Amino acid sequence: MNALDYAVLLSTMLGIAAFGIWRTRGRRDLSGYLKGAGNTKWFVIGLSVMATQASAVTFLSTPGQGYQDGLGFVQNYFGAPFALIVISMFFLPIYRRLNVYTAYEFLGRRFDKKTRLLGAALFLLQRGIGAGITIYAPAIVLSAVFSWRLDLTILLSGLVVIVYTVAGGSDAVTLTQKYQLGVIFAGMLAAFCVLLAKLPPWLSFSDALTVAGGMHKLNAVDFSVSLKPRYTFWSGLIGGTFLALSYFGTDQSQVQRYVSGASLRDSRLGLMFNAMCKIPMQLSILLLGVMLFVFYQIQPPPIVFNESAWKGQLQHDADHHLQALQGQFMEIQAQKQQLVRAWLKAKHTAAEAPARDKVLAAGAAAEKLHEDAKQAIGGKANEADYVFITFILKYLPHGLIGLLVAAFFAAALSSKAAELNALASTTTVDFYRHVIHRQASDAHYVVASKCFTVFWGLVALSFALFANMVENLIQAANIVGSVFYGVPLALFLVAFFIPFVGGDEVFFSAILSQALVIFLYFRLNISYLWYNLIGCAVCVLLSIVLRLLFGGRNSSSQALSTSI
Amino acid sequence: MSESEPADDSTGLPIVGTWPRVYLLVVLAFIVWVVALVILERTYS
Repeated sequence: MNALDYAVLLSTMLGIAAFGIWRTRGRRDLSGYLKGAGNTKWFVIGLSVMATQASAVTFLSTPGQGYQDGLGFVQNYFGAPFALIVISMFFLPIYRRLNVYTAYEFLGRRFDKKTRLLGAALFLLQRGIGAGITIYAPAIVLSAVFSWRLDLTILLSGLVVIVYTVAGGSDAVTLTQKYQLGVIFAGMLAAFCVLLAKLPPWLSFSDALTVAGGMHKLNAVDFSVSLKPRYTFWSGLIGGTFLALSYFGTDQSQVQRYVSGASLRDSRLGLMFNAMCKIPMQLSILLLGVMLFVFYQIQPPPIVFNESAWKGQLQHDADHHLQALQGQFMEIQAQKQQLVRAWLKAKHTAAEAPARDKVLAAGAAAEKLHEDAKQAIGGKANEADYVFITFILKYLPHGLIGLLVAAFFAAALSSKAAELNALASTTTVDFYRHVIHRQASDAHYVVASKCFTVFWGLVALSFALFANMVENLIQAANIVGSVFYGVPLALFLVAFFIPFVGGDEVFFSAILSQALVIFLYFRLNISYLWYNLIGCAVCVLLSIVLRLLFGGRNSSSQALSTSI
Repeated sequence: MSESEPADDSTGLPIVGTWPRVYLLVVLAFIVWVVALVILERTYS
């Protein structure tokens, strides 16, 4: 990065944050601070929901995922449109009718105080633990690539987000997300155009797709019913619906974005905007990764994309083993361009299949050497994280490099800001105002909310700063997230769809289910994603069983559920 | 945004003027994407 890149990066990031603070200055009432002015239009809501979900890792890693595994990862999002329809039909009208600040307020009105606090506590625990990750994950990649100090990268991005989230509240988050997403899409589009322009003249876009398809990178939909493949149509559709329902419907960081709409229509259209755009958006990012794969069949890639780690290992390569690996790898890559060209020349002839097989064989040999090199460097971050950023640094012009790095930071800040805003809202509304200090003025609660934003921001920063003490931190956070995600969804599903179950039954079912999930986590050896389903299903069934066994009606919850 | 907010069934959009039609459009778009991906895969494999 040169001075121009830094100028683009800093002016973009600080400019958007300053604009957000300036436009939302003077918000004094709690509703305006936590939910916004209530005049957000559908398009802004749609962008805000999208920006909250799409963290920096989405834009750093997803092209790398496309590079490594092709388009198959898109199946992960197949459930999102259906979940968003369910939320638009059932969840959203109730949230808006009850005029809630947080999703957990609804649990209090439908069930009772203890169930509300349980739902809020599970959210704070799960989201609070993961709070550092959205800053830490991109910071470790960017600091490694640019040789920046990791702690300064974390501090700079963390402090910017804390300042504008504290100053402007929910409206500042929504407003800045709109421009941050603009920067992200402009950067991604520019990178895609540069990538296509860098392909040699003898390789058309159609030829590039032929190479990608022939090397199994366009296998997007797998209809097999086997449970073994990580991504299939069915796991994406069924499991994805379940996960998206939990995330978009009950996670306060998302609920806070869409309840702020000017009307029910605006909120619904914002959700439907995401239902329509989620799959094409992820597909475009994956396709960028697939085109990167094709590009690197022509231009030799580095043996590993985390080049700073590789160079570090080379310095200790006394027996020249790594240098030999690198030599063999470069030799194979040099042959590849000729092999790909021969394949395309033989297209639609009998010689096509053997020519393609030669490319596949060379690819397999290069992959073997790549794996050996990866083993040599170890490292905490996934290799896929470095694919896109390596391309950006080597092949994009200056200025555009700054824009792309700004895009990664924009993605990190937009999701982080929404998280902080949601953590502060839940702490203020569900705990501080509801339990600790019930009769204060709006101005008092706004100050409290700002303090809680700073508190959660500092928690996230501390977590990110000390994260490198834990080796498998990202995986640990994902596991904690999954272990604590199923039960809150069950609370909401029972609230919406099982009117005869009351607060006591669902509360004790939730406690028992959560305990069971934690117990099973230590006893079973299954993918952690399944704990979402187990926690939710057990809690729903147990609450019904408890209701049938012990009977008795909670009149207040019954009255509300029938009115809903 | 209050308890008296009407449950507005009109989307104000051309062609998809009611919410069930919007939901149907989303489902149709999903099917179109899946079919397009299958065609893409088969064309270039």
